[in-house]
Amino acid sequence: MRGKATKRLLSGNEAIALGAWEAGIRYAAAYPGTPSTEILPALAQYAGVLAEWATNEKVALDSAIGASFAGARALAAMKHVGVNVASDSLMSLSYTGVGAGLVLVSADDPGAFSSQNEQDNRHYARFGKFPCLEPADSQEAKDYVHLAFELSERFDTPVMLRSTTRLSHSKSAVEVSVPTEAREPSPLPPFERKPHKYVMIPAHARMRHPEIEARLQALTEYAETGPINCIEWSNKRIGIISNGVAYQYAREVFAGFSFLKLGMTYPLPKRTILKFAAEVDTLVIVEELDPFIEEQVRALDLKGGGTIVGKEFFPLTGELTLARVREGALKAGLPIPEQSQASRPSARDGSHEEPQTPKSETLNVALPVRPPALCPGCPHRSVYFNLRKLNMLVAGDIGCYAIGVLPPFEEMDMLISMGASIGMAHGARQAGCPDKIVATIGDSTFFHTGLPELASTVYNRGQVCTMILDNGTTAMTGGQDNPATGVTLQGETTQRIDIESVARAMGVEDVWTVDALDVKEVEQAIREATAINDRPTVIVVNGACVFTPQFRRRPAVVIDPQICNGCGFCFRVGCPAILKSDETDEKTERPKAQIDPLLCTGCTVCLQVCPRKAIHQTQEEET
Amino acid sequence: MRPAINFLFVGVGGQGILTASDIAAEVGLEATYDAKKSEVHGFSQRGGVVESHVRWGDKVAAPLAEKGSVDYLIATELLEAARWIDWLRPEGAALVNQQHIPPLSVTVGDALYPSDADILATVRARTHDVTVVAGLAIAERLGTPRLANTVLLGALSTRLDIPPETWLAVIERRVPPKYIELNRQAFWEGRRTVSDE
Repeated sequence: MRGKATKRLLSGNEAIALGAWEAGIRYAAAYPGTPSTEILPALAQYAGVLAEWATNEKVALDSAIGASFAGARALAAMKHVGVNVASDSLMSLSYTGVGAGLVLVSADDPGAFSSQNEQDNRHYARFGKFPCLEPADSQEAKDYVHLAFELSERFDTPVMLRSTTRLSHSKSAVEVSVPTEAREPSPLPPFERKPHKYVMIPAHARMRHPEIEARLQALTEYAETGPINCIEWSNKRIGIISNGVAYQYAREVFAGFSFLKLGMTYPLPKRTILKFAAEVDTLVIVEELDPFIEEQVRALDLKGGGTIVGKEFFPLTGELTLARVREGALKAGLPIPEQSQASRPSARDGSHEEPQTPKSETLNVALPVRPPALCPGCPHRSVYFNLRKLNMLVAGDIGCYAIGVLPPFEEMDMLISMGASIGMAHGARQAGCPDKIVATIGDSTFFHTGLPELASTVYNRGQVCTMILDNGTTAMTGGQDNPATGVTLQGETTQRIDIESVARAMGVEDVWTVDALDVKEVEQAIREATAINDRPTVIVVNGACVFTPQFRRRPAVVIDPQICNGCGFCFRVGCPAILKSDETDEKTERPKAQIDPLLCTGCTVCLQVCPRKAIHQTQEEET
Repeated sequence: MRPAINFLFVGVGGQGILTASDIAAEVGLEATYDAKKSEVHGFSQRGGVVESHVRWGDKVAAPLAEKGSVDYLIATELLEAARWIDWLRPEGAALVNQQHIPPLSVTVGDALYPSDADILATVRARTHDVTVVAGLAIAERLGTPRLANTVLLGALSTRLDIPPETWLAVIERRVPPKYIELNRQAFWEGRRTVSDE
């Protein structure tokens, strides 16, 4: 089966996928979400695994549960807030336990690089009483997936493998064995019926609960002896307990001191911690986000084993970095170098002179910020341009269109979680909010959790106008397919679910379907839909994301400098392809606009809004 | 023990930062270093700032370097060179592509794009080792602006004791077959442009 081992650079996500395949999984499901997204496409490449995009994280986990009960090793992957969606099933999955091994990958986002919060999902492991494994690099990510499946089956439990953005999106060397033969999955045996275990009616749940408590005891015992938690003895003046990527920072900052590296952060190996703490002078706990390990360690009876340095010195919020760990350690008075070796030029250049160069902060050049923007050609542009023009209150949702809150649109008033736009707009309206309110939601997000929200609005005689922005992909996470695209994760054609038909089937009588690149048509639909005050309305806005294969680039537009008077109206569509030219209009004394021909996709939204008709297309489109 | 080498690639979404940093990390591994590479996805395709760290060493722990300890800052855009300059160690090397990509804050009139002189003064306040590479011009001459990142890799390769063939082998593995020849040319042009100085 195994060929020659070679070292390859893999991201944490690629390593998780490889480990799962090596562990023989048959089924995997996920909803795309940064930083977890790349796991499923990586898995889909392997023969013998069926990997699927589910419509949301609960569906993904439910599907993995079914596969596990049926006797197949299964994996569900999601971002941290996705676990919230799946948590209803997850909490009771802890009671049922598994059939074949089941691993839930939770990819957390300390620093909230691409998320609405930075919750610490290790709490779910404690809440649900199942183990949590935390790899610190890609090699461990692969190895821990193997271990997670073993533990899942040995202890009859779901296992959470917790990654973070920094792990999922960093590449490090992994020993990879190239398989020499394809895997032929053997057929599954008939389903083994165990209703007392798999059917969580109250009587069964009460019987299962003591088993879960016993399992937790057994897992705690495993944590003491298993290879996943290890002590690395060195100088005992300081002993560091750390986990995940935080361990890597601590390793560099506290070079030469003793470590207890926790690969399993729930349940904790209490005896091992006590033994470690007893032998070091100062115990330092370095972990990202919440004091999850620290609070449990502080609850142990350390019997006067020196002081504990933790979250009063290391930040609770944001991602840790080498600098933040070093800063915390210095603040705590710990004997470590004040700066990294590398930042001292004398150490590297061989000279012993102090650097003569001034610090760049003294220069005071104002650097303009570079916020994300809707791409040139983005179909969301006309929507937020018009919503602003019509002064609508906007309940937003999760997706690229959240950029609608930024200048120049500044046209989003609430955004909280996947699918919430419709419910929030509905509630505000039902409570008597006097403003005209519109919910905006993407195609993938609509299928994620928008469906029940729309049903609730229709059922309760709501009056919300819902704009479903169908750009033919799950764009924000890099362009994944979904039920509205009619294509599977493997790129195969499947039944496409038509959004307009869904809205009508749910009882919405007034549905507009408009072309996103027709600015007037979008405006007209919003005007008509929001004029209806006694029933819900839906506007389906069709326009392909520029990263999809169906997107058609058209000839770039140009601005005639003889006609442009620098009014700046076209800047209000927030297109990165529209630049200020060096030429100033004599009358208005304002810079004229010009188009970057490399960036322009010829969408013509700026052309349509220009009050002076100064913008035109360079050539007729070939048909 | 070979000293650890830290690289930081910065620029704007769509400039090929992630590919360039992937290549640098793999070259490190080929040259028998341990290597790690770290980036943040998300809004990167949407014209936002992209940063990617690469570290080589006998054993690399942290996936990203400490602020102020980067040995090579490779900026594919001028403004971003100034934005990230504090990550460079004093007298580290800055390789800067001669290209401006005005952010939306500039085009909508909320901010001004600094002059080249101000940007380079900011960079030079940190280090005397600044190389401005005509990456975009060279790439456009070769036929596509997308090659600017490879021109910068060529320039970077002259600073490291690794044969150009190692870089080219990794580049060939990483780029689509029909662009291999253009990338080879871009890489050599990048080497030539700095050795001519």
